[in-house]
This record gives sequence, structure tokens and C-alpha cells, in this order.
Amino acid sequence: MHPAISVIFFTVTSGAGFGAISLIGAGYPFAQGAWVAFLVGALAGGLAVAGLISSTFHLGHPERSLRAFSQWRSSWLSREGVCAVVTLLLFGLYTLIWMVTGVRLGWLGAFIVIGAVATVFTTAMIYTQLKTVPHWHTAWTPAVYLAFAAASGFTLMASLGRIDALGGWPVTAIAFWLLLLAWAVKSLWWRRALTTNLAQAGSTPETATGLGHLGKVRLLDRPHTGPNYLTKEMVHKVARKHANQLRFLSLVTGALAPIAVTGLTWLAGADRLWLLAAFILLMAGLIIERWLFFAEAEHSVSLYYE
Amino acid sequence: MTSLPPSTDKKLGLVIDLDTCVGCHACVVSCKEWNTGGYGAPLADIDPYGAEPMGAWLNRVHTYEVTPAEGPASVVHFPKSCLHCDDAPCVTVCPTGASYKRVEDGIVLVEEDLCIGCGLCAWACPYGAREMDPAENVMKKCTLCVDRIYNENIPQEDREPACVRTCPAKARHFGDLADPDSDVSRLVAERGGFDLMPEMGTKPVNQYLPPRPKTRPQASAASPAPETVEADGLLGWIDRALERLG
Ligand code: SF4
Ligand code: SF4
Repeated sequence: MHPAISVIFFTVTSGAGFGAISLIGAGYPFAQGAWVAFLVGALAGGLAVAGLISSTFHLGHPERSLRAFSQWRSSWLSREGVCAVVTLLLFGLYTLIWMVTGVRLGWLGAFIVIGAVATVFTTAMIYTQLKTVPHWHTAWTPAVYLAFAAASGFTLMASLGRIDALGGWPVTAIAFWLLLLAWAVKSLWWRRALTTNLAQAGSTPETATGLGHLGKVRLLDRPHTGPNYLTKEMVHKVARKHANQLRFLSLVTGALAPIAVTGLTWLAGADRLWLLAAFILLMAGLIIERWLFFAEAEHSVSLYYE
Repeated sequence: MTSLPPSTDKKLGLVIDLDTCVGCHACVVSCKEWNTGGYGAPLADIDPYGAEPMGAWLNRVHTYEVTPAEGPASVVHFPKSCLHCDDAPCVTVCPTGASYKRVEDGIVLVEEDLCIGCGLCAWACPYGAREMDPAENVMKKCTLCVDRIYNENIPQEDREPACVRTCPAKARHFGDLADPDSDVSRLVAERGGFDLMPEMGTKPVNQYLPPRPKTRPQASAASPAPETVEADGLLGWIDRALERLG
């Protein structure tokens, strides 16, 4: 699949944003004061909003985006839009009340947690639902999205929060384990992907053309000499060329480095502001990870071009 | 509304005969010609006379080589357009309600004024039957020439999809596949029509007819060697001169 920068940026930042939002909604402790409430709220909300705005760059008619809220009964993309906007509205209200009165409403926070988790889940389902892309068509995809949202949201919020420990655990240790867990889930996703190409999922040029009973099928002539929307969007092979180097890079930047930073901060008992560095490294690594998520995914239409 | 109707009254669709298609692309051209002036936005081309021309088409013909375990390979021309699936995934993924399947005849259409151009429906279609228009940025797809088949302003014989009307080899047939007695349903039953990628669970309405078994010439019945004839006159002189040259 064509790795569109706008969509890569969207899934990474909105994942982190809604991860952070759910923690705030759950009552993660911050210092007193309207300014803190404003900054924390603006940061988490800003990440989520930046992601959503970026996703509209991918649309042919962004001015019609409101239409996309109408089909929540059947469409995951529509559900994602509804969940995101409802959650952000509630979160805006929550932050406003927090800023003005200093009170953090627990019941409103509970709705925000549910909304934020639902937003990340529905985002993942946009890809998971597609039978045409076997790499994505698995429950592991929402697991990856949720795990990365939790890891990135927590790392960011813990670096800014008021507390050093949560439930007896240093926050640096929690960030460390969340990062490790997220990458463990991702490596399971990658392992499954290795054995789930189109042929292994049961689709071949023979099933695509229905000519398998006559023999082996091979493309002789494309429909046109030039490229087309389908080949540019779904038969995108160039982006796969450096897949191994990119995977290595994403693991070093997004996994190894932030896990080392959080681990060392934890062991040395250093300032939790170090988690901010881990967060930035994680985001950089996730951009590459998400690039590969698209670039390496094979779409069944490519069978007609083989 | 992007929920699918539980069933449709008719299942209008195409039956494509891979035995008779000669790969002339006439259907491709007549489809573009009709649909660039008909339903919805025109079908744009980008850089049509440049180095990398590219545009939106609703019907494309691929050509495949099929190699059996034994014997020579054969060439199959393979036209492909929207199959107006019964269980159309392109419809249910649409966030806006732009994509829908009609209850009365099963045709899958895009209401272009509602389309935000997100492209998700094209990702959901296993067959590559949807293309984004490069100028209008809305999703284009085969309409089964909905503006011809019911059009009372054109002669009766033209009230079928442009591709069917054009095909010089009569490789394309149009009709109601829900009616077991229709010509198209009979054709499918007689010739063993099949679904493309049945494993995707889309239940396509359009059906493909397989190439008929090829008859191979008998090896023993080789034709006799051509007779050698002696030429005279000028030709004979040239012949002898060339022979002397070796
Ligand atoms: S062929 Fe593709 S575009 Fe047409 S109805 Fe089926 S899934 Fe939808
Ligand atoms: S591109 Fe248009 S028709 Fe297709 S899913 Fe998006 S809004 Fe619906």
C-alpha cells in the first residue's frame, strides 16, 4: 500500500494524543494551577487534533468531512470520526472545568477514558477490517495500536506529571514495561505478517482470474502502458525496497533507545523529565514503523498486475 | 446509506466470455467515451500527451498467459470492471453514505456529491474496480451504464451498457442474474461461469465464462513438404545466379 505521510502522521500522533487524554481522564496527578491544566490539556488535545487535521489532507474533498460522521452504523471510518470528536469535546469541557475551578470531574473523566480507547480501537479497525490486505486483517492490529497509544501517552504524561511513583511502582518503571510490552506485541504482529502474504491467505493470480484450472497464470500485458490509481495506491512496491534497513532503524530509534533511556532513568532514579526524551525517540521510531505498516502491506489487486 | 440491502429485487450484471474476448479494448474505450459525458464527473486524464499519461477508467483489459502442466501456453484477454457484488465491502466501509447498492437492481453506485475522496472503498474492493478521479477527486466506478439501460430517449437496442453494445466479439452479455431463466443465467449454467476471488466473500454478481478447451493439431498428420518447382525466364536466371553465389 502507498504510505501516505498524512496518514502515517495521523495514526502516530493521534495514538499518542488519545493515549495521553485517557490518562488525564483517569485522573493522572499533575501539579496545581490553571496553567498546568491548560498546558497538559493543550498538549494531549493538540496531538490528537494535529493527527486528525493531518488525516484530512489525505481526503479529496476535506470540505465535506462533516459527511463522514453520518455512517457510524456501518463504517469504522465514520465511527472513528464520531469517537474522536465526541471524546475531544468532552475533553475540552473537562480541561476547561479543571482550569477554571481546579476540579477534575471523575465521572466525566471516565467517559473520556472510554472515548479515547474507543477512538484508538476504531482507528485500528479501519485497517483491520480490510480482507483485501491480509497483513492488517487480524486482531493483532488493534492490539498494536492500543499498546503503542498506551506506551506513548504514558511516557509523555509521566514526564510532566507530579508523581514519581504510581501504586508503589516508579513511573519510569511503568513506562519501561509499557514500552517493552508494546514492542513485544508489535513483534508478534510482525511474526504473523511473515506467514500471511496473499498466497498464504489463499489468494493468487489463479484465484484472481479464475483460470487456475487451466494452469499457471502470469501477466503478459498491463491494461495500459502507464501507471494508474490502482498501481500507485495499492501495488506500491518501491516503498518496500529498504524494508529491512527501515525495520532496523525503527527498532533502534523507537524501541532500543527509549527502552534504554527509561530503563536507565528508572535504575539511576534520575529525573522523570528524561521520559520526554524517550517519548520523542518513540515517536520518531513509530513514524518509521507506520511507514512499514503501509509499505509492506500487499493488496489483493496486485495479483492482477503480477 | 452504506448498509447493504438484505437482498435486491434484480441482480443486474455482466457475463464476460474469456473464450471469445479478443483483447481489442473497444469496451474500454467506449466505456470511457460514454461515462466521461454521462453520469457524474467526467473521467479525467492527467498529462495525456506527456511522458507518463494516467487517468481514470472504469473498465480495463489485462492480458494473461496461462501455462498448463503439459502442452503449450495460451493467451487470455481479461476485461475487468466493477462486479456489483452482493456482499460489497466497498459499500459498508464508506463513511459518508456516498457508496450504496440499489435495492431495485443491485447496481453499486457512488453519489459523487457526498464523496469526500477518502479512498477507503478502493482499498476494500479486492478487484481494483474503483478509481479516484485525478481531477475531481471523487471515487469513480462502473455504473452498469445506469443512464443507458433505463433511458427512454435512446433506441431500445442501445439500452444496455456501452461495453456490451460495443464488443465486436460479443464477449460481453448483460442481464438479470437473479432470474434463473434469463439469457445470462442460462449462459452461466451452460458454460460453467465462475466468481473472481470467491475467497474474499464478496459474492460478485458479474460472472466469467472460462476459455473453451483448445483443439490441438495431431502430430502424425504433418503436412507434406512443399514441392520444389523449377522456374524459368528471369526468375529462373535469378534463382540460378543466387545458387551459384552459394
Ligand atoms: S467489484 Fe469492487 S467496487 Fe464493485 S461492488 Fe465488488 S467490491 Fe465493490
Ligand atoms: S472515497 Fe468516497 S465513496 Fe469511497 S469510501 Fe470515501 S467517501 Fe465513500
